[in-house]
Amino acid sequence: MTINGVPREADVWPGESLLFALRERLGLPGSKNACEQGECGSCSILMDGTLVCACLVLAAQADGHDLVTVEGLGENGSLHPVQEAFVEAGAVQCGFCTPGLVVAVADLLRRDPTPSDDAIREALSGNLCRCTGYAKIFDAVRIAATRA
Amino acid sequence: MADAPQRARGEAQYTADVLLPGMLHAALLRSPHAYARVKKIDVRRALEAPGVHAAVGPEDVEALTDEPGFFGAPVAAIAANTVEQARAALELIDVEWEPLEPLLDPDEAVRRGQLTDEPRRNERGDFERALADADVVVEGEYRTQVVLHNPLETHQSVCRWEGDTLEIYTSTQYIWGIRSRVAKQLGVEPDNVRVVCNYMGGGFGAKNDPGEYTYVAAELARRTGRPVKCALTRREENLAAGNRNATIQRLTVGARSDGTITALGGEFVNAVGWDGWIAPTDGPMQTLYHCENVRTVTYGAKINTAPMKAFRAPGYVEGTFGLECLLDELAARLDVDPLELRRKNYAHSSNERPYSSKNLMECYRRAEPHWERRHELRTRSDSTWKYGAGLASQIWYGGGGPPSYAWTRVGSDGRITVITAMQDIGTGTRTAMAQIAAEELGVPLDRVRVELGDSARGPFASISAGSSTTPSMGPAVRAAAADAKRQIIEIAAQRHHLEERVLDISDGNVVSADGNLSSPLEEIVGLLENAQILGKGARGPNPTGMQVLTFGVQVAEVAVDVETGEVRVLRVAAIHDVGRVINPLGASSQVEGGIIQGIGHTLSEQRLLDPATGTVLTQSLDAYRLPTIADVPEIVCELIDKPDEHLTNLGSKGLGEPPIVPIAAAIANAIRDATGADIHSLPITREEMLRALEAAKQKQRGAPAAV
Ligand code: FES
Ligand code: FES
Repeated sequence: MTINGVPREADVWPGESLLFALRERLGLPGSKNACEQGECGSCSILMDGTLVCACLVLAAQADGHDLVTVEGLGENGSLHPVQEAFVEAGAVQCGFCTPGLVVAVADLLRRDPTPSDDAIREALSGNLCRCTGYAKIFDAVRIAATRA
Repeated sequence: MADAPQRARGEAQYTADVLLPGMLHAALLRSPHAYARVKKIDVRRALEAPGVHAAVGPEDVEALTDEPGFFGAPVAAIAANTVEQARAALELIDVEWEPLEPLLDPDEAVRRGQLTDEPRRNERGDFERALADADVVVEGEYRTQVVLHNPLETHQSVCRWEGDTLEIYTSTQYIWGIRSRVAKQLGVEPDNVRVVCNYMGGGFGAKNDPGEYTYVAAELARRTGRPVKCALTRREENLAAGNRNATIQRLTVGARSDGTITALGGEFVNAVGWDGWIAPTDGPMQTLYHCENVRTVTYGAKINTAPMKAFRAPGYVEGTFGLECLLDELAARLDVDPLELRRKNYAHSSNERPYSSKNLMECYRRAEPHWERRHELRTRSDSTWKYGAGLASQIWYGGGGPPSYAWTRVGSDGRITVITAMQDIGTGTRTAMAQIAAEELGVPLDRVRVELGDSARGPFASISAGSSTTPSMGPAVRAAAADAKRQIIEIAAQRHHLEERVLDISDGNVVSADGNLSSPLEEIVGLLENAQILGKGARGPNPTGMQVLTFGVQVAEVAVDVETGEVRVLRVAAIHDVGRVINPLGASSQVEGGIIQGIGHTLSEQRLLDPATGTVLTQSLDAYRLPTIADVPEIVCELIDKPDEHLTNLGSKGLGEPPIVPIAAAIANAIRDATGADIHSLPITREEMLRALEAAKQKQRGAPAAV
């Protein structure tokens, strides 16, 4: 498989989740594990351009696919515009939800560069945040949308 | 935020990301019964399972129990190469359970005298007499449910023994508390316990203590000679990681017909659970209003449910819901404006001690334009959707206190490092501390770095709970920065043959009052070559004889669908008085976060039990119903931002908790305004809303025909 543009390989157990493989075998702990059951969005990544919860994908299923994780969003160590917007808007408190959210927002803005409030609510309602109260996440999406 | 880029990139290292060489993973066996005795436990088969290295039970670790008092109580643990192997091996632990009859009803526990502690009684004046003399008396019973912290990073620790020193990487709100508690429990010297928490993914009060996961990891690490991680799953987080306990509140208010409150009384039953303490549910009734005759009693019911833990303003969230709903019922009875009623009963000085500062009247004044909106709002109502507004006041602690220490180091390059062994629970602590040091030292913010999170690399720092991080730590950092500044000015004065009192540091330059000297900090400190300037700071005491409290008021606007019972919160205006505000962006984010958590508490969140067995029915985030981005109303945040002149060198109080305190009552009062229905029970699900509407109808019918 390709991860963030680099061909990678890993020995995995049958039944092992892609999230586990990324975090514990491939040295990519940016995607967070907060539920392991597809309820929180902290592990959101792109698989062949589609947003998925890495905890719900088997590592073996990712074989031959193209993955982008939070670590691969920004280019050459700089922040991706969505990450920049999160920082600027103050949309990061503890930050445990943030990697999943920035991947989800990047995906949303690619599909819909000027999303309505309702579109934002719908697209991000699977990404839980217990700290920020989401208001600044709205702000961040709006900031990022003006820059895209 | 200073460290937001690392978090947004996924580079910040949380306990969940700690991977040590040779690390094993632990899994916990939890009780499937709400109350039981373990008659026999045999781990031999589990020890044979693939990848398993060790197992521990109630005899090995004190935090494990052979008499589990709640569903999910930890009984045994396994360490294996992978977490899957550890979980699989749990199935092979042979346990003979003797199920016992669980007690789940808190009122029944009080009747039987099954209490966690002596009932707490507080009385002043003559309540009975004042009640007998009152023109009006309003009574009400209010209930609040169990809610769970559910921080996104679950409770977890990684433990490693290095000789006789125990290293603990843990997701905690109190590095030094973990250090002393673990040292005491394990009988080792506190200096032989090193606690590290660099980044953590939320706590909300649930991560103040070590927890079974830490003790289990420490013991399994000792037995195996390998590092061991013990991380709770989301399911475990929903069973046994702490909660805001349910309450039953039987409240009475007596008043004169002009609205003067003359008597307040409350019987509070806190459903503490199998273990825990009695949160001050009576606090708001004791302190929010001026009233000479107040009598409260609070019971801690010991029942077969998971132990409570502190949860963002424990007691005050629940107690404010009851009291502030009762006040609005009184306002309705007297036909006075709810805001006026609160002003009329304003506590100008507290009963025993003066306030260090109190600007609640100013909060009320700033609430007026928001409160005025209700007239227009109500006109939007039609036969299905009813609109209304409600308000509630807030009182809570938040002054912090000593001891807390910080150091500053100024290098010859003129850069500043703040060092303190505090934790950042995700509230922008690094930013706030950097801002305080930068301001005091007169340097741009980007010259300051903050090193924290390691008990071996910095001085003692206080707990991040009780809205105390900024008010406790901020003054220590400021004092450490002032100490460094004094030394820099001393050097500059000697070098330039000037008096110290004419020198200052501004925008990174040492400047003289007459403007003749302006020398970059690095030039002055650079004279020292490798030497460094070290500043030390300590948190001073709180003002003696004074109460340090936070205040506020919130106005909520709601729409209620009277056919389906759906409640929508449309807008919340939050006005709080927390002394000086250090970081306005971070502060408004705290307010918004508190309000959304409070909306969850008010409308959707609830831990549900099987009433017969005490089994937890809500074991996932979906079942538990955490608020999502779809639930966010318009939030207007106004902070008074007046430094508390009596409080420390900073004048700041904490803001973590105040915003969650009044929101439930503000929403409930808005619902009454919109529909006429009294809300007495949380959460206000659709069923609860329909029930309240029906009760209101009955009441109207039953009322003497006035029309
Ligand atoms: S960890 Fe994958 S959705 Fe929660
Ligand atoms: S910032 Fe903590 S969960 Fe979102």
